[in-house]
Amino acid sequence: MPVLGALPLLAGCDLVVLDPAGDVARQQGDLIVISTVLMLLIIVPVMALTIFFAWRYRAANKEATYKPDWDHSTQLELVIWSAPLLIIICLGALTWVATHLLDPYRPLARTGPGQTIAADVQPLEVNVVALDWKWLFIYPEQGVATVNELAVPVNRPLRFRISSASVMNSFYVPALAGQIYAMPGMETKLHGVFDRTGTYQGFSANYSGAGFSNMRFKVKSLPAGEFDTWVAEAKASAGGDLDRMAYLKLEKPSEKEPVRRFAAVDPQLFDAVVNMCVEPGKMCMHDMMSIDTKGGAGIAGIGNVRAIAYDKYAARGSADMAKWSIRYVAALCSSPVMSNDRPDAKRVNPAPLKGEGLPYPNQAPARTALNAITPRPMS
Amino acid sequence: MSSKTITAEEPVQFYDLDEHAHPEGHSTMLGFWIYLMSDCLIFAILFACFGVLGANYAAGPAPKDLFDLKLIALNTAMLLFSSITYGFAVLQMQMGKVRGTQLWLAVTGLFGLGFLGIELYEFYHLIEIGATPQRSAFLSSFFTLVGTHGLHVTFGVIWLVVLMIQLGKHGLIAANKRRVMCLSMFWHFLDVIWIGVFTIVYLMGVLR
Amino acid sequence: MTPHPAPEAGPFLGKLSFDALPFHEPILIVTFAVVVLGAIGVVGAITKFRLWGYLWNDWFTTVDHKRIGIMYMILGLIMFLRGFADAIMMRLQQVWAFNGSEGYLNAHHYDQIFTAHGVIMIFFVAMPFITGLMNYIVPLQIGARDVSFPFLNNFSFWMTAAGAALTMISLFVGEYAQTGWLAYPPLSGIAYSPSVGVDYYIWGLQIAGVGTTLSGINLIVTILKLRAPGMGLMKMPVFTWTSLCSNILIVASFPILTATLTLLALDRYVGTNFFTNDFGGSPMMYVNLIWIWGHPEVYILILPLFGVFSEVTSTFSGKKLFGYTSMVYATVCITILSYLVWLHHFFTMGSGASVNSFFGITTMVISIPTGAKLFNWLFTMYRGRIRFELPMMWTIAFMLTFVVGGMTGVLLAVPPADFVLHNSLFLIAHFHNVIIGGVLFGLFAAINYWWPKAFGFKLDVFWGKISFWCWVVGFWLAFMPLYVLGLMGVTRRMRVFDDPSLQIWFAIAALGALVIAAGIGAMLVQFAVSIWKRKELIDESGDPWNGRTLEWATSSPPPDYNFAFTPVIHDLDAWYDMKKRNHDRPVAGFRDIHMPSNTGTGIILSGFCLVMGFALVWHIWWLAALSFAAAIFGAIWHTFNYKRDFHIPAATVIEVESARTRQLAAGA
Repeated sequence: MPVLGALPLLAGCDLVVLDPAGDVARQQGDLIVISTVLMLLIIVPVMALTIFFAWRYRAANKEATYKPDWDHSTQLELVIWSAPLLIIICLGALTWVATHLLDPYRPLARTGPGQTIAADVQPLEVNVVALDWKWLFIYPEQGVATVNELAVPVNRPLRFRISSASVMNSFYVPALAGQIYAMPGMETKLHGVFDRTGTYQGFSANYSGAGFSNMRFKVKSLPAGEFDTWVAEAKASAGGDLDRMAYLKLEKPSEKEPVRRFAAVDPQLFDAVVNMCVEPGKMCMHDMMSIDTKGGAGIAGIGNVRAIAYDKYAARGSADMAKWSIRYVAALCSSPVMSNDRPDAKRVNPAPLKGEGLPYPNQAPARTALNAITPRPMS
Repeated sequence: MSSKTITAEEPVQFYDLDEHAHPEGHSTMLGFWIYLMSDCLIFAILFACFGVLGANYAAGPAPKDLFDLKLIALNTAMLLFSSITYGFAVLQMQMGKVRGTQLWLAVTGLFGLGFLGIELYEFYHLIEIGATPQRSAFLSSFFTLVGTHGLHVTFGVIWLVVLMIQLGKHGLIAANKRRVMCLSMFWHFLDVIWIGVFTIVYLMGVLR
Repeated sequence: MTPHPAPEAGPFLGKLSFDALPFHEPILIVTFAVVVLGAIGVVGAITKFRLWGYLWNDWFTTVDHKRIGIMYMILGLIMFLRGFADAIMMRLQQVWAFNGSEGYLNAHHYDQIFTAHGVIMIFFVAMPFITGLMNYIVPLQIGARDVSFPFLNNFSFWMTAAGAALTMISLFVGEYAQTGWLAYPPLSGIAYSPSVGVDYYIWGLQIAGVGTTLSGINLIVTILKLRAPGMGLMKMPVFTWTSLCSNILIVASFPILTATLTLLALDRYVGTNFFTNDFGGSPMMYVNLIWIWGHPEVYILILPLFGVFSEVTSTFSGKKLFGYTSMVYATVCITILSYLVWLHHFFTMGSGASVNSFFGITTMVISIPTGAKLFNWLFTMYRGRIRFELPMMWTIAFMLTFVVGGMTGVLLAVPPADFVLHNSLFLIAHFHNVIIGGVLFGLFAAINYWWPKAFGFKLDVFWGKISFWCWVVGFWLAFMPLYVLGLMGVTRRMRVFDDPSLQIWFAIAALGALVIAAGIGAMLVQFAVSIWKRKELIDESGDPWNGRTLEWATSSPPPDYNFAFTPVIHDLDAWYDMKKRNHDRPVAGFRDIHMPSNTGTGIILSGFCLVMGFALVWHIWWLAALSFAAAIFGAIWHTFNYKRDFHIPAATVIEVESARTRQLAAGA
């Protein structure tokens, strides 16, 4: 078989999935090997028997037994059904345990075999946003952000909160851990840890449009000291602040973005991204959901819709589409996004993005108590 | 699984030499029933969407703001009565009365039109106040589910008219009887779906 | 990236304008020229040889399940060539685009190609092939004269063909979707795909989907109602059983696709918010819905071929099928289980560990009945007398290939393993491994097996073997590298690469694709040579393989009415039983045979639907309304025709059957 001929080639290539640089990915890679071996227990005999029977009972071989009416054997049927069943029971048990242990949402308990994580060790949190077509990494603890570059300290557990600004992507660093989808308006989580230093590949593993192929970024696993240096460099960089205005500019579709670093970042930015309310005056998802749980905003809420006043979609060619898909629900009395223990955002001047003074679409707004409230900038 | 062996002496017949043609359309009812089940699946998906999205008002109006249960009750009555009158049409057909069948089909059609009229009035009213399908996922799934049902009723009414003409032309021949029975299944099926719509969309919506 | 600015929609032509024609794409211009020249050639030849009347009367308007089956196969073959051209272009792009090169395809073109490849191969190649096969064989196997609803059968075919035609039109007018074959929103929503590509996708599939659903209903009723006397459910041939299950799956899953695509269409056309990001929509719901259809679809494709392998193994081993009952139960198990596994297509969407492991384990459970089937084929070969004719060779190749695909499939069902392999080329290799190794190899086995039945002569063995070896070797060459690349962390749908160490693997894969191309070429040659040498390859007996099921009881090709007298069944292998007990073929007592008449309604209605689809794609509202109304009125008009059948007079039957008697006597 050609696959065997190609084996020597395999030695020279980097099977990162089977030989990664992190504990989670390594367990996942091991699981592939174990499951494969388990299944080969039944696959190899089947393949061998196929070839053997085909050869042994070829029509030319008149010596072989020929039983044209033999079509049933209870014992054999039992074996036929139970052999795969046994394998699947083993594999099923393995699956159940491994799926729970390696659940990407589960905080890590170890950084490697036998190396448990002390209770007081906090994972490094990185917030990941998939943009068209680049990656934004926000380090809330360090207060810096980068585009298309992820640097993390080795041996420190990592906790990623992942979302997307537009369409579905998948955040995948094969050397670190398995992938998880990045979806707009939603937050997914991933835990992982590097146990080797080095530079690795990261990319989007879910097709997201024209620039998808170039949504690649380098992942640097650095010794603790070097990571601190890296953070300090980022803070000193001339990239400026990543506030909402800067984010909305960054969000516009672009390809092959060079690495960029931001010296500071709006601490509520990621939560606003997840809640799809970075645009000033747009209602946050969590506000909308709490209104909806209370039974909606009634008839008066109908008119509380604004046209988006900037060209987020321009590069997708959809700038002059029908108006409905470039509208949003305006904020009513927005409560601050859930930012736990972090300080409030800096106030920004949203005037250029807000579209103040633009005519209300189609009709004059009906005067109701609700939409009489002027949409306020997020604060 | 081996067959029982039949001894050679036994006379075995391998061909049906005295065959009677299958009565024409003998499997139409089964086929139509399977079609209805596939249609039912489409409604199942629309119900599922309503189940998932039905509370996503996007800070807009909720069922209790929009639905007039009295109107819907009237509408439901229209459709339920139309099922009964269709039943009368089938009874007339079984008695072999063409005129009676046509008459009850016409009454059924009128009830159907009444139902559609009220539904269109409701939609018009909602759209006029701005509660359009675009306003929220709840309204999208509401309009789609109820609208799909309404579209089915519309086609049912068209079919009714066609069938009445065909009854007039050919009378109660076997093919026409079969068509009356197929439309009967279709009409009652829409009734059953509507009971689901009334309960899940309107009643439970207003209670929510 | 070349975003087409959405042109202003005019009242008369909608969004359609001169700009929609792809004059800026040299590849498309050349393709278009070739297609136009080819079409002129074909049309010219048909006109020259005065075949239009023949084609219209005997083929396009036919309600004969056999002719419709053949038309499905031809449709599948034509679309297969298109889908394969896409595959070659992708392989070429991926081996080219290294070291800073952008390759020869821009993103706009490349993204359409992989979308079209997936859609065409599943909907317009695999589906027509299996539908055609079931159409041809099932009525013969159950001893029926036609399907239950012959007109519907014709209509279903033309709807499928109209869907395929609309998809092909997108090649030259406008563009196709750039979303991947399942068109996940929000990417497929109007905000991110504002052009007509996704609309072509939606309407192409909707029109074809109507045909598929109706054809599924038709075949279920046929199998349930039209079996020959004596054929209880547990005496049905295995192919008929698997076809029944496959059609049940069609009827129970295609409406889901129809509903889901309708919702997507509403989002795009009306501005509803089912799958949008804002206003409470949920893109995740689309992913769930599409896979609730999508996973059963996989089994729709493979189940009939499992039936083919059963028939072939049993026939060419000269033995009864081992474990018929367990084969049937395994098929039913797979049918039911196929609805409980859909979430395994998106473990990475963030469901909890318990949900993921539930769906992982249900997926693995499917491998138990599948494994049982494989063992049943093995033990059918055991103590047989195996003749290595082409169908059997394909079956052996299937068994050796499919187990590998099955194994990698179970591997992907382990959620933590899926987290590292999901969307990778490993996944691509896996599903090509089961679809090519299972569905295509099965189809080739079926074509070689039943060709003599359909045309009265066998297929050439020499070219068949060349095709076989090219396919098998080409398959392993093309897809083993993808497994390796998947383990190297390479994801699917990539257009350019930056790691030069990957290139060698893409080169091997491209080479494999070329070998497969040779296999396809050899297969076309095989067809041509066999038609050329049809006198030498002729099959007089109607039973060239010493077959076991009823389709071999009649002549090759079968007469219009299939069986002059309906057979009576006493045993599972009905024809084998008849031969064993020296049945007498009746030569007298023929009667008039009641048959359905041909009708042009199917092709005309589908034509209206095609126009409607095109009009909807381009927002030409007046035309869409007009063609919709035409289709409805056409359907109503059709119901006013009560004379839909005729009788083949006994004299004709006697004539045909006497010729057959002479032919059999000459052969003996």
